[in-house]
Amino acid sequence: MCTCFLVYLATSPLEHAVTANTTTDLQQPPLAVEMRGIVKRFPGVLANDHVNFELRAGEIHALLGENGAGKSTLMNILAGLYKQDAGTIKVKGKTLEFSSPRDAIKAGIGMVHQHFMLVPSQTVTENILLGLDEPRFLMRLQEYDKKIADLGDKYGLKVDPRTKIWQLSVGEQQRVELLKMLYRGADVLVMDEPTAVLAPQEIEGLFETLHSMVAQGKSVIFISHKLNEVASIADRVSVLRRGKVTASGVPAKGVSRQELASMMVGREVALAVDKKPKTPGEIILDVKDVHAENDKGLPCLRGLSLHVRAGEIVGIAGVAGNGQVELSQVIAGLRPCKKGQALLNGKKVSNRDTRYGIEHGMSYVPEDRTHVGSSPNLSVTDNVIMKNYRKPPISKGSMLDMSAATKFAQELKEAYDIIVPTVNTPVRLLSGGNLQRVILAREISGHPNFMVAVQPTRGLDVGAIEGVHRLLLTQREADAAVLLISEELEELIALSDRIYVIYEGRMMGEIKVEGAEPDKTLMDAIGLMMTGTPLEQIHMEGAPTHG
Amino acid sequence: MDFVVILQAGVASGTVLLFATLGEILAERSGVLNLGVEGMMLIGAMTAFSVTIATGNPWIGLLTAMLFAGLISQIHAFITVTLQADQVVSGLSLTLVGAGISLVLGEGLSKAGTVSLMPNFSIPLLVQIPVLGDIFFKEQSVLVYVGYLMIPLAWYYINHTRPGLHLRAVGEYPSAADALGINVYRLRYFYVFIGGIFAGLAGATISLAVSPGWFSELTTGGQGWIAIGLVIFAQWDPFRAALGSYAFGALRRLILDIQAPLTLFGVDNPFYYNPYLSFFLQMLPYAFTVIVLVIGSREAIRKRLGAPAALGEPYIRGERGK
Ligand SMILES: Nc1ncnc2c1ncn2[C@@H]1O[C@H](COP(=O)(O)OP(=O)(O)OP(=O)(O)O)[C@@H](O)[C@H]1O
Ligand SMILES: [Mg+2]
Repeated sequence: MCTCFLVYLATSPLEHAVTANTTTDLQQPPLAVEMRGIVKRFPGVLANDHVNFELRAGEIHALLGENGAGKSTLMNILAGLYKQDAGTIKVKGKTLEFSSPRDAIKAGIGMVHQHFMLVPSQTVTENILLGLDEPRFLMRLQEYDKKIADLGDKYGLKVDPRTKIWQLSVGEQQRVELLKMLYRGADVLVMDEPTAVLAPQEIEGLFETLHSMVAQGKSVIFISHKLNEVASIADRVSVLRRGKVTASGVPAKGVSRQELASMMVGREVALAVDKKPKTPGEIILDVKDVHAENDKGLPCLRGLSLHVRAGEIVGIAGVAGNGQVELSQVIAGLRPCKKGQALLNGKKVSNRDTRYGIEHGMSYVPEDRTHVGSSPNLSVTDNVIMKNYRKPPISKGSMLDMSAATKFAQELKEAYDIIVPTVNTPVRLLSGGNLQRVILAREISGHPNFMVAVQPTRGLDVGAIEGVHRLLLTQREADAAVLLISEELEELIALSDRIYVIYEGRMMGEIKVEGAEPDKTLMDAIGLMMTGTPLEQIHMEGAPTHG
Repeated sequence: MDFVVILQAGVASGTVLLFATLGEILAERSGVLNLGVEGMMLIGAMTAFSVTIATGNPWIGLLTAMLFAGLISQIHAFITVTLQADQVVSGLSLTLVGAGISLVLGEGLSKAGTVSLMPNFSIPLLVQIPVLGDIFFKEQSVLVYVGYLMIPLAWYYINHTRPGLHLRAVGEYPSAADALGINVYRLRYFYVFIGGIFAGLAGATISLAVSPGWFSELTTGGQGWIAIGLVIFAQWDPFRAALGSYAFGALRRLILDIQAPLTLFGVDNPFYYNPYLSFFLQMLPYAFTVIVLVIGSREAIRKRLGAPAALGEPYIRGERGK
């Protein structure tokens, strides 16, 4: 059994799954973590309902589930941040009680949270040393900088230990989080939606790191909503739904995406979108030679021109940070436009009061759901009336008619399937998918003729993504113009009629999309354009283009 | 008017502001805004004076003052850290409580006579530096020299030690600190206590060294508020705090001294003949404080100045949407 275990660890993940299928229980590697009968209640919700979860040593175990299924809660319990109401946790066969994250770390469990837990004003090294007993008093940082650089080399986590966190990209910050746990000697790593914030190249880098970590005997729990990722990285999969386990430790190679999706949401999910052919109408949004600066005062849009017609969805593709977000802000009137202009139905909207856009049929689904898109401490009702409270029936003279507002919110709640105890609940208690539905409900209920949506499906589960896609397509059906900014190429190709690719604030080219299937030459061309090759310089056979 | 003498007295008077400001910097770096500095200073000044009269030993007076002010600060810690109430309201109440306690316990103290004060001395060698030696190292109170030492120590502690690292983390991003096993609540209590001790020291510096005696609430005369303004001016940095404190100390002295002579630069002294002008001058430090506080209350500006990101926010573990 012992030798067999060694052989097992040495096999590649692909063979690994096969081995797991064919060997008997006796020959399986020991359990790194065993959670039994975990129950956790929050006011009004049963977040975990007698959950059992097992993690074997040396495996990558994916944890799936809808928004609000209780994945983060379960993992926060394992990381000692929350205390379970009932149930036991065994680590390497020993039953342990965690009363704080410190205990969990001591037991070798390290968690990388959905929202990074890094102090922005401190350096990488300072963040990693935080909370440790060593060094005792004086921080001799140079010495530790070196140690951390070495550790980074060992696992392929490149990051300069002396830089301050706020200067790092999201991908680099995630590496710091991993280093923090590895430095503490964690051998069980919990990663809560690590890829939601990463660009495609960074995701590949992360996967390499994860492989090198399991190769060195560590185990990984990996939460994600992206089913294709799960298939490519995980050995086994567990699924949670509404706090209960619906699949536990099934080999990842044996299940299809469709099966996983239905285990998650409890019904059939249409993974492919149904886009009907449609002839676009008038130009609604016309962006002409727009120049703008980013928050640091550096140029980020360098003469962009594009247009969106009624009844079409136009995608903007690009690696994060190439000006997409700033473009949406210029259009929404939130960012000064240095040169050029954006026209909505022939009238200028850039450099103009945001209220002008709102009153002339523009709706805006911003990237930052919790600060720009909604006001976290206000109720669902307050959030949905934010754009129409000036008009009757909600406005009554100089007063708000709260009963009309509540009725309006109630209608949206039903129509958009928002899962929330009451419309008076503050939106900060909503799961990501439900919050996005609140925002979309508000934006769509005003019957816009133009909508700009930035990363509308980031962090959402398959069911919620399906819902958002359907809502966007309904806008197209209703002859609205939609500008969709996303880093998910597949999503862009599935939804868009045309795609513009931008790089460093410049237009690389425009591609017409026919059919919803991601075609290889098309993907490659977009990939090249995203890294700075203009369309004219790419030779494509067969792919339909214009521009 | 001799400017060297004014500056020399200004350094002594600035030491009061320095202690109060350093203490508030430490508390605010941990994320707790304590507007009760004025109240804690009054407690310190009264306790130091009264205990020194009773014991005849200013050192005992000083230590008791620091301890008492530190204990009073824990009311604020309990209300804001444990009960998670609003820090502004609690701090304002602490000022009132501190003033009330010190006025009651200090009743009659102003007629109690003189006490033995903190010793004054010159630092050999350093005092021989031209001008600067006279200003900084000649016949100053021992507390002034303690102040000089405190500046680099506080800076080093905050930026280059492990407890300092934890202090900054707790004030910037408490949930990150908590996730790594740092006890956010305990540290916040501790630094509010340290802030109280420093405020007590500042108060004692007034009543035992700078302007000895107990003159009820006029003893501190709003210097606690100036210190709170200075924290923002200093951008939570001890060296900048020292700069501001000594500058304000000098300004206070200048305002006092400029009213005395009959002529100024060869002409009639307008501040002597027109009391309204000198009232105006006396108002300036407080006007500055009001302006700095108003500016500093704008969140965007505070961020740019480098305020601890979690300043003013109670920490609740597991709270969503923070
Ligand atoms: N601190 C809290 N207070 C109150 N309710 C909470 C808290 N944390 C989580 N919940 C609720 O518990 C449920 C499970 O939340 P959890 O964050 O574990 O979901 P999740 O599976 O991680 O979802 P997502 O995919 O959106 O991250 C949700 O209904 C959520 O609203
Ligand atoms: Mg989660």
